[in-house]
Amino acid sequence: MVKSLNTFKELKDVCEKNNLKIWQVTQDYEAELAETSVDEIRTIVKKSLVAMKEAIKTGLTSKEMSISGMCGDDCDRLQKRFLVEDSIFGRTFEKITTYALATVEENLRMGKIVACPTAGSCAIVPSVLVGVAENLNISEEEQLNALITVGTIGRIISNKVALAGAVAGCQAECGVASAMSAGALTQMRGGDINQILNAVALALKNLLGLTCDPVCGLVEIPCVKRNPFLAIHAVTASELALAGIETKIPIDEVVDALAQTGQLMSPMLKESSQAGLATTKTALALKDKLFK
Amino acid sequence: MKQSSIIDIISPIMVGPSSSHTAGAVRLGLLAKNIYNAVPKKVTFKLYNSYAQTGKGHGTDKGLLAGVLGLGVDDVRIRNIFESDIAKSIEYEFQYFEDFNRHPNAVDFIFEGERNLKISGNSVGAGEIEITKINDFSVNLTGKYNTLLLVYKDVPNMISRVTNSIHVNIASFHCDRSAKGQDASMCITVDGEINQKVIDFLSLIDDVYMISYIKKLES
Repeated sequence: MVKSLNTFKELKDVCEKNNLKIWQVTQDYEAELAETSVDEIRTIVKKSLVAMKEAIKTGLTSKEMSISGMCGDDCDRLQKRFLVEDSIFGRTFEKITTYALATVEENLRMGKIVACPTAGSCAIVPSVLVGVAENLNISEEEQLNALITVGTIGRIISNKVALAGAVAGCQAECGVASAMSAGALTQMRGGDINQILNAVALALKNLLGLTCDPVCGLVEIPCVKRNPFLAIHAVTASELALAGIETKIPIDEVVDALAQTGQLMSPMLKESSQAGLATTKTALALKDKLFK
Repeated sequence: MKQSSIIDIISPIMVGPSSSHTAGAVRLGLLAKNIYNAVPKKVTFKLYNSYAQTGKGHGTDKGLLAGVLGLGVDDVRIRNIFESDIAKSIEYEFQYFEDFNRHPNAVDFIFEGERNLKISGNSVGAGEIEITKINDFSVNLTGKYNTLLLVYKDVPNMISRVTNSIHVNIASFHCDRSAKGQDASMCITVDGEINQKVIDFLSLIDDVYMISYIKKLES
């Protein structure tokens, strides 16, 4: 029985000592923790993967607006553009960005999504995992392995920081989702544990300080568009890490910095809609209109 | 450190848009329903602060009602719950308040029917919830464990009589009373199941006014 896997260093040591991958160590650990089998753990993970794919599929075909009427038809707009003009980054970019908008818009119209780690950041992991897996023909088992690694990265970060905008800002929601995606993508593309953890650190470092200032207090502005942005951000981190580019600050220390930044961030910028985008002139006018 | 699981990170599968304002609302409704444990005639929902202000845009009202009607957090019927036939089975009403002595995401459920019950709770983030009051007694229910709740006269030996009977491992234990010798409450969360015979037996104790076995949430 592995005693604890509470830091990335502990995770790396166990993987290297036993010559195992992150997902292998994790699924054994989780099975022991829950007093169940590895198969049972993978079945639960598969339910989430299937639900992620359903959300993408449904979201791609809908233009229904949210209750507030502010968002809901941007995925349609992006798909239409890619029909007439290719993205300069190619088909994978097109898939990731449209899948991200499809999922996050499905969320705001009260469709079924997977909170990963939260509802507001629900589109980053699925868009990267599914978009890339489709284009590189990655098997479902490999996708499950990637999702297990997503969970591991998030779990270890959540040991030090609550993954909630109200506690630590958007860096702890979309920021962490991007970091988890970067690590999982690096694994799917054959990266070793060093490259995986470097991808996580590179992605997270670049998002420290990201605030949570939702307009009208709703999971819409800027959350919707932030999802495709940070999905692509994860790809950048993964490409750098696969090239052997390393973080100078070890991942566990980056997580400490994330926690500290979250504590120092003003409560006015932590999901309370008391500052930032939420109190701009236009945002306040939208709020008046919505709540009158 | 409490042990966490990867499953917490890649779940729940839920109807959007907000884990605290939608999924949390459904779970509060579900747990309140489990506590009331009967079909109510009418439910009044009192929403406070952020729940009152941004609740409509997040479908908090729909989530609370759906939960009371027994729908899970991933049930796509939540979106159109007000128009659905299941919502026609009870009367309901929403009221909105600002009260900064209450949690930002606070709600009271006023159940009316065979018996009347007021249940108060909060959505504390990431879909996690807490029921903090039942009528005037403070409790601490999160829906993660099966829970035995007793209201009884504050007399000696009540705790040992209860704990000696239930024969399961206790996860947490919380007592409260209005005043010495007056009404008291006991809230016990357990691993596993408490036998119905045990609950029937405990309900026969003279000084027990109310006993309720509240099932943990599946969703």
